[in-house]
Amino acid sequence: MAKLIDVSDLNIYYGDFLAVEDVNMTIEPRAVTALIGPSGCGKSTFLRTLNRMHEVIPGARVEGKVVMDGQDLYDRDVDPVSVRQHVGMVFQRPNPFPTMSIYENVAAGVRLNAKRMRKKDLDELVERSLRGANLWTEVKDRLDKPGLGLSGGQQQRLCIARAIAIRPSVLLMDEPCSALDPISTLAIEDLIGELKSEYTIVIVTHNMQQAARVSDRTGFFNLSGVGKPGKLVEVDDTSIIFSNPSQKATEDYISGRFG
Amino acid sequence: MTTTTPGSRELPATFDQPLNQATLPRWFPWGSLALAVVVAGAVLLPTTGSIAATVVVAALLHLVITGVASGVREGSRKAKDRLVTALVTIAFGIAMVPLVSVVWTVIDNGRHRLDAAFFTQSMFRIVGEGGGALHAIWGTIIVTLIATVISVPIGLMTAVYLVEYGARSRLAKAITFLVDVMTGIPSIVAGLAVAAFFALLFGPSLRIGIMGAIALAILMIPTVVRSTEEMLKLVPNDLREAAYALGVPKWRTVVKVVLRTSLSGIATGVTLAVARVAGETAPLLVTLGLTVGTNFNPLEGRMATLPVFAYYSYTQPGVPAEAGVERAWTAALVLIILVMALNLVARVISRVFSPKTGR
Repeated sequence: MAKLIDVSDLNIYYGDFLAVEDVNMTIEPRAVTALIGPSGCGKSTFLRTLNRMHEVIPGARVEGKVVMDGQDLYDRDVDPVSVRQHVGMVFQRPNPFPTMSIYENVAAGVRLNAKRMRKKDLDELVERSLRGANLWTEVKDRLDKPGLGLSGGQQQRLCIARAIAIRPSVLLMDEPCSALDPISTLAIEDLIGELKSEYTIVIVTHNMQQAARVSDRTGFFNLSGVGKPGKLVEVDDTSIIFSNPSQKATEDYISGRFG
Repeated sequence: MTTTTPGSRELPATFDQPLNQATLPRWFPWGSLALAVVVAGAVLLPTTGSIAATVVVAALLHLVITGVASGVREGSRKAKDRLVTALVTIAFGIAMVPLVSVVWTVIDNGRHRLDAAFFTQSMFRIVGEGGGALHAIWGTIIVTLIATVISVPIGLMTAVYLVEYGARSRLAKAITFLVDVMTGIPSIVAGLAVAAFFALLFGPSLRIGIMGAIALAILMIPTVVRSTEEMLKLVPNDLREAAYALGVPKWRTVVKVVLRTSLSGIATGVTLAVARVAGETAPLLVTLGLTVGTNFNPLEGRMATLPVFAYYSYTQPGVPAEAGVERAWTAALVLIILVMALNLVARVISRVFSPKTGR
């Protein structure tokens, strides 16, 4: 189920502005890849190209290749909608649908796509997804209550449950813990550790301890200057990046000596 | 520049003054108002007998008393505050006068004929007293309903195009501009346009229900577009992205997430637009005319509506004149009740459909 993603010569644009330049990396299946780097260096932009969410912004476009299981996601015949059904995403801010209950939020991927599913199967899917997101015990007695009534950390786990309910092969997480307290963060980090046995996970984070804790591989993005495109400086096993990186810029960033 | 040396621990000079100061008692505004009313009433009422003059003088007197008393006792800043508060309150009072007056006059004049006959009889074969507005009530309901059915889909889809698809394109800008222009067209122009259009197709002096409905729809569309557009813009982009990220196609995202989330606001906007056009008279005068019997067919024959019925009952009351005039007032009262009911419905709808946050 989990898939390998091969990115080659990827240039990402907003209109005429080249935001991220020349990314080449391989994202391993059944592993957590963390993307770190200063603000504005293009980590999130790069992440959003992996499920073609980047082009939702008017004028945004991409050059290069993102190959998943031998298929180029940016091939002319590829429908971005079906790409997103295989590559799920969790956002920085928890964004449950405000008109839906907890149950409906988890079932949203099925319901919104008008897929037919028997009530029993859907109940099972919702329970499995909520268990997968470590939320089941907390909400099992109030599934019909609004999703917005949960706490921030619970809402974020609800969004993770919603994302894994469509059974994606890859899960992208854009700073999933930045709005959460340390306890909720821990809950989500534990969850990431469990999810990686089934999914390919890519996580953007500003928290280097978090990257060191949860990831198997780490990519460091940097910006050569204001108004210049961001680029991938290096990507390697997390233990190597945090102990013995090959680039000086990486070492400076990780040890706090930058600028 | 002060001569305070850096690092000096002295407090600024203003702190030498106490923080509390003379204040007028809490009842002062009411006292001032009562005093103004009593004085103005005692001086003006016996001599002129004019209530309006008394109220105006009392209001001015209230301003003067407030300003002077507060200025003397509390200083200029507080005096300004009290003066402006008094001005704002008086402005509110002035705004309420026509509203209360209209409602009161209509209720007072309309209550005589607010009987069962008014809601069960038409004016068919009725001359003079008696009769009712059943035909006009049905006419208003039918015409407004058709206008809603025409304008809501058009308005809704236009707004969806403007917000979700055409954002920042030249066409969207042009549409927005034209919609704004349409909001301002006088209602009689819409009526005349429809009348002229149907005259071209079917010959002159045709008056049928659908013509009135189209004229009202033309008046409704810009309101529906505008209110829906604002509501759609309020839907956070996060929700659209959340739906896209689940592999939901754009059109489903728009229908099931964006429209669903803003449904309560849209429903409120539409209901208010309906209430707004339900009372239109001018376009219906030229497109529907008036009839005495109940006509349920919008495609054939003239149709009575409450505003037009009120207009004709008042201008051509027949003999005896009082009966016609009373019917006109009652028709106006029923129209107000109808519009008020629609507003209440809008509130209920917005409460039922609004996103819930309860735990």
